[in-house]
Order: sequence, then C-alpha cells, then structure tokens
Amino acid sequence: MQPKTSFFKAMFAVVWKDLIAELRGKELISAMLVFALLVIFIFNFALELDPKTRSALTAGILWVTIIFAGNLGLNRSMSVEKDRGCLDGLLLAPVDRTAIYFGKSIANWIFMLIVAMIVLPIYSILYNTNIISPALFLVILLGSEGYVAIGTLLASMAVQARTRDILLPILLFPVILPVLIAAVKASAGILSGFPFSDLQTWFNLLIVYDIIFTSVAFMVFDSVVEE
Amino acid sequence: MKKPTALKILDIVTLITLLGATAMVFFYAPIERVMGAVQKVFYFHVAAGWVGMLSFLFAAIAGVLYLVKKTKIWDLVGVAAVEIGIIFIFINIVTGSIWARPIWNTWWTWDPRLTTATIMELVYIAYLMLRQGIDDPERRSRFGAVYAIIGFLSVPLTFFSIRIFRTIHPVVIAGSDPSAVGTFDMTATMFQTMMVSIVVFSILFVDLVWHRIRLGKLANQVEELKFNIQD
Repeated sequence: MQPKTSFFKAMFAVVWKDLIAELRGKELISAMLVFALLVIFIFNFALELDPKTRSALTAGILWVTIIFAGNLGLNRSMSVEKDRGCLDGLLLAPVDRTAIYFGKSIANWIFMLIVAMIVLPIYSILYNTNIISPALFLVILLGSEGYVAIGTLLASMAVQARTRDILLPILLFPVILPVLIAAVKASAGILSGFPFSDLQTWFNLLIVYDIIFTSVAFMVFDSVVEE
Repeated sequence: MKKPTALKILDIVTLITLLGATAMVFFYAPIERVMGAVQKVFYFHVAAGWVGMLSFLFAAIAGVLYLVKKTKIWDLVGVAAVEIGIIFIFINIVTGSIWARPIWNTWWTWDPRLTTATIMELVYIAYLMLRQGIDDPERRSRFGAVYAIIGFLSVPLTFFSIRIFRTIHPVVIAGSDPSAVGTFDMTATMFQTMMVSIVVFSILFVDLVWHRIRLGKLANQVEELKFNIQD
C-alpha cells in the first residue's frame, strides 16, 4: 500500500481542484455576485435607503448580503460534488477525510471573500460612502470563517437529505447566529468610527465562535460522510 | 411491552408533586408588592426554561454518546430530549409573554434574551426537519446527533447574552442590571417556591423522557414488524 498523502498536500489539492473548476466554469462566483448585487438593490427598494438611515443599516445589509450569497455558494459547492458521485470519489481517496473538509471549507471561504471584496467597493460607489477599511476586512475575514466552517459541514449533511436545497438555510441560519451577531455589531461599530477597544467584546466573540465551530466541525465531519 | 411499574409510580409522583407545586405558587408564595399576581407566572417560567435548557444539554450529550457508541438508545434519548425541550422552551416563551404584557407593556420585544431564546427554539425545529428529510434510519440518527451537538453551541450564548448585552430582561439569580425592567428581590418563601418548581419540573422532565423513549422503542418495533410482513 502506498503511504498516505500528507494532510496539507491533500487539503491543498482539494482547494486547488475547486479553484481550477471555478476558474474554468465561473458558475459559483458569478451566481453569488449577481445574487449579492440583487440583494443590495432589493434592499434599496424595500427599505428606501436614504443617506440618514443608511449608515446605521449598512452593517446589517452587508452581512445579510454576504450570508445569503454564501448560502448559495455552499449549497452549490456541495451539490456539484454529490451529483456525479464526486464526493464518493473524494472519500475513497486514501487521505485523511478531515483534509477534504478543510479543503472544501477553504475553497468556500476564498469564494466568499472574493464576493465580499467585490461587493464592498460596489456598495461604496452606489451609496457614495467609503466603507472600505482594514478593520472591516478583518471582521469579514473572521465572520466568514465561522460561517463556512459550520456551513460546509451542514451543506455536506444537507446534500444527503431529501429536501437538500431548502434544508441548508434552515439548518445554517439559526446556528450561525452568534457569529452573525458579533460580525454585525463589530461592523456597525467600525462604520460608526468607534475605537477598537469598544469593539473588543465582539471580536472576542467572533474568534471564540470561529474556534468552536471549526474544531467541532473538524471532530464530527467523519461521522457525517461515513457510509 | 408492558408499562413498567417504576414508570407508573413515577407518573403518580409527577402528578402529585406538580399539583403540590401549583398549590405552592398560588397559596404559599406571597403576592409581589409592585407587580401583583402576574409575578406568579415567574415560578413556572423559570422552571420551564430550566427544563428546556436541560433537555438540550441532554440531547447534545446523547449526540456525543451516539457518535461514539452507535447504539440506538442514545438516538432515542436525543429525539426525546429535543422534542420535550421544544415544548418547555415554548412554555417558557409564552409564560414570559404573559408576564411581559403588564410589566413591559408589550407581548414581545426584540430583547437579546428573548430573541436568542426563540432562535434556539428554531434550531431544534430545524433539527426535527433535518430528521424528517432523511429516509435511512442510521443516517438520520447520525445527522441528528451531529446537529444536536452543533445546536447546543448556540444555547450557552442565550444564557450568557444576558450579561454581554444590555437587556431589559431581569436577572433574579445573581446580579442585576440597572437597565432591567421588572426585577425584584425574592423573599425566602418565593425562593423556596421557585426551587420546588424547578425540582418538580425536573421530575416531570424525567417522566416525559422515559415515556418518549418507550414510545420510540415501540415505534421501532412496529417498523420491524411491518418490514417482516413485507418480506
């Protein structure tokens, strides 16, 4: 028997595979992006965003957009694996299964960050306010990490259920609440120009839940995919 | 499968203690000076919340044990705990609403404590939907166990949210927030009534879990028998 491929090599292989597939097909990112823009425009109509109310709502709108677009991406990234039996192929590979989990998570994370990086400047242009700042990037980085950590796990559960597409948001949104609250509060604080020390609590909460979600997903992934 | 005698006794004990606790709430505990009779909802409100939390903790523990041991019984315990937890947290929310109407002057307010408690309820409704969407019983148990563990991670936040956020929900046990509305100092008899209510609701919880596990076992038997007929 050949020696096992190392954990990191296997993980990067999965990430690379997803990135190459995305580069060739451009299905996921384009769908997420168009969807994200639609959400922003719908919010504009639904809430009649005028300059006064806008600044308080920005953080909320931003996160709802990111989370909805991310949900779309998570659903898709797992169902393409399931449809043609690719997931079974991946699981048959003689590598640590958690490497597959981390590979998929990192790929999803990258997709979400790409979408966020494009949405932020567009939002700034559309509403004529500069919301881009390193601190906000940090919040998005941490918030989306927690989101994909638990999202990838739940997506791999949801694709195996009968009601797959509708199941993922129902499973994911209530569970992700702690991360979402912390991310929205931290973003709102940053956008209103509060000093970092005031936002410490929210950053701590974000980091704590990132760690909890990632490690729990890491521990239980094996029992989600075993057959 | 005959109903075990111990369960029969527990049923009777539960009924009697539940009546006793109700009597204590109405006749033993004094009427709160500011809030009046509506404050009496507090005893069962706290007890139901306690049992709800306990149920979800049990579900998470049963989830871990199921993933480790893969024995059917832990799955039954998990489902039992989740279903009962949903009911008790619902009771908790409804009784809270009844109290809030005169005290906060609204049935519902978007307070962090209330919101997170309700989201917690939604987590476990999602749990039931997840189970419903999976046909293979073994996989259903496995996914249920995983989701019960993940879901429980959002529960601690509910409890501690009262300290992180500024809330109008009163903290009667240990510490009080100046922004809380409707807080009060418990007298000795009030405290005793609350503790008795919590103990009684815990007994009720054990009784219900036992019944639900028995029901689960019977349901499994029926499924097996149906399967045998089809062969």
